[in-house]
Amino acid sequence: MGTEASNRLEHWRRTRNLMVVHMVIWFIFSYLVHWFATDLNAAKFMGFPLGFYFAAQGSLVVFVVQLFIFSWQQHKIDVECGMAEQE
Amino acid sequence: MFGDFTSKGGFIQNLPKIYGIYTGGFVVFIGLMAIAEQMGVKEDTIGLMFVGFTLFIYALIGWLSRTMQLDAYYVAGRQVPTVFNGMATAADWMSGASFVAMAGGIYMSGHPYLAFVVGWTGGYVLVAVLMAPYLRKFGCYTVPDFIGTRYGGNVARLCAVLVLVVASFTYVTAQINATGTIASRALLIPFGVGIWIGLAGILLCSMLGGMRAVTWTQVAQYIVLIIAYLVPVIWMSNKQGFGAIPQLVYGDAVQRIAELELLHQVGVLKPAAAQAGMSALVVKHNAPADTFVANWQFVTLVACMMIGTASLPHILMRYFTTPSVRAARASVAWSLFFIFLLYFTAPALATFTKLQVLDPNLATSVIGKSLSEVNAMQWVQKWSQVGFLKVIDANGDGIVQINEFFMRADIVVLATPEIAGLPYVISGLVAAGGMAAAMSTADGLLLAIANALSHDLYYKIIDPRADVKRRLIVARVLLIVIGALGAFVASFRLTGILGAVAWAFDFAMSGLFFPLVLGIWWKRATAAGAIAGMLGGLGAGTWYLYMVYTNSMAPWWGMDHLRFGIVGAAVSLVLTVVVSLLTPAPDKATQDMVDEVRIPKGDTILGSTH
Repeated sequence: MGTEASNRLEHWRRTRNLMVVHMVIWFIFSYLVHWFATDLNAAKFMGFPLGFYFAAQGSLVVFVVQLFIFSWQQHKIDVECGMAEQE
Repeated sequence: MFGDFTSKGGFIQNLPKIYGIYTGGFVVFIGLMAIAEQMGVKEDTIGLMFVGFTLFIYALIGWLSRTMQLDAYYVAGRQVPTVFNGMATAADWMSGASFVAMAGGIYMSGHPYLAFVVGWTGGYVLVAVLMAPYLRKFGCYTVPDFIGTRYGGNVARLCAVLVLVVASFTYVTAQINATGTIASRALLIPFGVGIWIGLAGILLCSMLGGMRAVTWTQVAQYIVLIIAYLVPVIWMSNKQGFGAIPQLVYGDAVQRIAELELLHQVGVLKPAAAQAGMSALVVKHNAPADTFVANWQFVTLVACMMIGTASLPHILMRYFTTPSVRAARASVAWSLFFIFLLYFTAPALATFTKLQVLDPNLATSVIGKSLSEVNAMQWVQKWSQVGFLKVIDANGDGIVQINEFFMRADIVVLATPEIAGLPYVISGLVAAGGMAAAMSTADGLLLAIANALSHDLYYKIIDPRADVKRRLIVARVLLIVIGALGAFVASFRLTGILGAVAWAFDFAMSGLFFPLVLGIWWKRATAAGAIAGMLGGLGAGTWYLYMVYTNSMAPWWGMDHLRFGIVGAAVSLVLTVVVSLLTPAPDKATQDMVDEVRIPKGDTILGSTH
């Protein structure tokens, strides 16, 4: 543990990095996979054409799982940098 | 008393028990209705009982949650537990459009329509990562409260109120319209009367208890709407042998439909003449974009719905009600989970219904049968009478072809129980679910508008010395006035439900997204920049909507009136950044405030009553 000021800097640096990571995942499953839906449809997943699957279900599953993981990761950063709330 | 956090015995601790009993009671009610149906009670009576009974329960919760405390009225006392806030947000979020129109849209338009499914879920990633935890730490009552305090000055606050009112009012008229439509059909009254009865129900849920009442009715409404959506789909798919979790295994059905589309010549046969409000199936179920413009249209629609999600005040304000910053974050994840339950079911429902209609091996099939056989079907008769369906034998061969069977998209959800031959009690349940979806969203929206006007306009700008009692009376009067105005506009039925809903997202993202995000993530953002961003974005977006909607201008790269937010938000981003850089940096106090917002620990920026 450093000083309060250095902890704050470290906290914001890690928070920003986490934001970037999740925005990249979000971008891939919001836009990229759907742009190539026609190509992906050649592949099958659980009986679905893959392009259809991502738009109807796959991207949604990724978003839900991603948010639970994000919530856990950000709390870990808060605790390790001494920035978490008193509970 | 419902929602009384100070009483001993712990209302919050008892929440799982209270809603458990409520859910059990609702299931018993469905059982009673099923028995009544067997005993020969008329269908109309069962529909009326479903809508009437649920309306009564919501109004009761609304009355029990009445309050005269500021923080209870504006932010439900900031004590709503994570999972329950997730359910309330899901009900707040899923409107009449999600419930009634989504599956039908996928049925009619196939893959391109799935842009709504992706867009209306992925937006929550933006809410969780960029917005909600920070706004919760801020401790504001309303979204303009954040803009007004972060940027300072009444002008910024007023601009935020303006964007909020434009976006939310567009949205709320569509919801009151949907509430009125369902109420009029279930209660057997004219649409004009249905709208005002629906509004009365909506106001009973929100007026006496503000955010606290809306929260606890929305949880109750979520339970009704999700049961109403899932039961028919699971029942129907079981009849077809798809098992208990049909959402995971309908891949084969998607492929079977592709075969049937060749058989029935979907996309080859075109309707001889258009039918107002109805359409025949001319698009393949799984035909994704294969041109640049079509791909661009898919991703821009996704972008508009997502960024709009993260800018809509009635959603953001739900996260002001959690007990902590950490809870706000977790609550977004739970919200998306509860929304996901409905959204990953909608494509399954569209697929199963299409299979029922197209597959000649199924008794329920329509296409390819003789005209007399189709006209003898009970659900075809019933929905033809109310103008939802039309069979026209254009080529006079006595057989119903794909281009001769017209329907309104809404029918996919509303008539599914009848198409699949389920008992009428399920149709009553679906009506109650649609009503819950439309009412819960209308509640959240009306409250967002009234709170912004009463807190930001009246208290912060017009009369800062008003006492608590006066503020809460003004808030309630505004709620009634705005509700009545919304019902009045809705009675003209200007646009379809979906058009108005998509516009609300575009308006919100045009004006609010970048001033909000940059207010948190960029210390250099200034009041002048934010004001330019809000007004410029809203102005540019509205201009583009007007030009494209009235055909005064060809859309840019295929971006039609549903996607005008792209133009608005781009202008908003450029203006916010450029004008901020041209004006002096915010003072040290403001920059320190932003630093405080970025960490969870410590007091909120604004006091618990302000």
